[in-house]
Amino acid sequence: MIDDLYQETILDHSKRPRNHHPMNDANRKAEGYNPLCGDKLKLYLKMDGDIVQDASFEGAGCAISTASASLMTESLKGKTREEALKLLDKFHQLLTTDTPASRDLGKLVVFCGVREYPARVKCATLAWHTLKSALDNVTEPVTTE
Amino acid sequence: MEKVREDFPVLHQKIHGKPLVYLDNAATAQKPSAVMDAVRKFYEVDCANIHRGVHELSQRSTAAYEETRLKSKRFLNARSKSEIIFVRGATEGINLVASSWGRKNVKEGDEIIISALEHHSNIVPWQMLCEEKDAKLRVIPMNDRGELILEEYEKLLGPRTRMVAVGHISNALGTINPIRQIIEMAHRAGALTLIDGAQAAPHTKIDVQALDSDFYTFSGHKVFGPTGIGVLHGKKKLLEAMPPYQGGGDMIRTVTFEKTTYNELPYKFEAGTPNIAGGIGMGAALDYVTKLGIDHIAAYEHELLVYGTHALSEIPGLRIIGTAREKAAVLSFVIEGIHPHDIGTVLDRQGIAVRTGHHCAQPVMDWFHIPATTRASFAFYNTIAEIDALTAGLHKVKEVFGA
Repeated sequence: MIDDLYQETILDHSKRPRNHHPMNDANRKAEGYNPLCGDKLKLYLKMDGDIVQDASFEGAGCAISTASASLMTESLKGKTREEALKLLDKFHQLLTTDTPASRDLGKLVVFCGVREYPARVKCATLAWHTLKSALDNVTEPVTTE
Repeated sequence: MEKVREDFPVLHQKIHGKPLVYLDNAATAQKPSAVMDAVRKFYEVDCANIHRGVHELSQRSTAAYEETRLKSKRFLNARSKSEIIFVRGATEGINLVASSWGRKNVKEGDEIIISALEHHSNIVPWQMLCEEKDAKLRVIPMNDRGELILEEYEKLLGPRTRMVAVGHISNALGTINPIRQIIEMAHRAGALTLIDGAQAAPHTKIDVQALDSDFYTFSGHKVFGPTGIGVLHGKKKLLEAMPPYQGGGDMIRTVTFEKTTYNELPYKFEAGTPNIAGGIGMGAALDYVTKLGIDHIAAYEHELLVYGTHALSEIPGLRIIGTAREKAAVLSFVIEGIHPHDIGTVLDRQGIAVRTGHHCAQPVMDWFHIPATTRASFAFYNTIAEIDALTAGLHKVKEVFGA
């Protein structure tokens, strides 16, 4: 059913994305690009040592990619770099395997429906690819390809 | 036209429990049984390599493959079948001209004109050529209906213009360009023309002699044939003066380690064993389309366009992108607040296949300041009922996203 993909939380975050603004005092920035649909995303992180103090993003995309960026920035705050990377792994597993969702994912489990739509997995992972390059301090735009 | 649906087995299936509504014909068209039968017969009965064999099978396959050349000549009303070069598709047709004619004839400071409506395949080969030769790429602009502005085109033409390469019909918007006039204007300026007919071949009559195009290319798979085969038509004089595109078998007359002499037209441009089955399948496709009658097809599709335009315009928040006065049956649109990929996914769950994205025409999207559109593109086997299904599908989309 289409409602399994577009769950309430996803619709809510796509219409009213949280942390959707540029960040002047960010000390990590990265750009992501999905050549498949042309969606572009800019991610800002404020790191305090190893800890993500604040996260925000800019850019317009489909409901899945916008909600994914919104929920990702929410879930990152207060996490260490290592915790953030672990979360990325678990999120990726949620989208690409049948293993039961990890409890660490919290609200992010609403993306479980995406695995039934292989063409849309990249929409959900764009923000996370961008996160990886922000954490690695990569300055070249990252693509989902 | 209802009856023709029986000729297309793929149309008779359910997708996610709903009857398939295939509205992605501008990407690739479905194939009638006659095409599959021809390909199957080739592999089952006639399969052999062409042009070299003295044995029966080779003669049969050569005859069948070359028969398609004759059919293509008739389809385009070309002067001679030696002007029909088989290529992988329109993309290769354009690359062949840009590479062979372009490298020989384009010099530093020369200019190539394309249009704002082009598919990437009619942009990038010319861009590559211009970069290599330090030539300039100029672009005919369009208006907000998605029509080329001929007054601006006139200003771009000059003594340095070598080539004008434009699409016959835009894949992203459906605009039918006034190519006869575009060609005439190019010729007055002393430039050659290449027409990308990928979108035109399935929908409109093509007469390369009446158009006086120097090069015209189309893809077999968009005209209901197999993928990986297409046609480049070129005027004989031009083709004869051009160097080969690729080297290999079939394109040679004699080979020694010191020197190779090239085969005559059209074989000079056809290196290597070609897509024989594809060529034979394309012949069956051209027969099919010719039998239905291209004028008949165009008239029917125009009815679909008129009905579809009206039906979609009634949906609040929906905006049709590309409203040219001369238009093929393509409806590209955006809905306020809903991304095309989300539209595409929700429609797919209702069995409706549309294209979403930039349609390999990013400059067109940039011009309209949109990242992407949803595109419904029609063929003669589509029906009014399918347009109603699309409309209902779009209402469902709006319901899901509360827009």
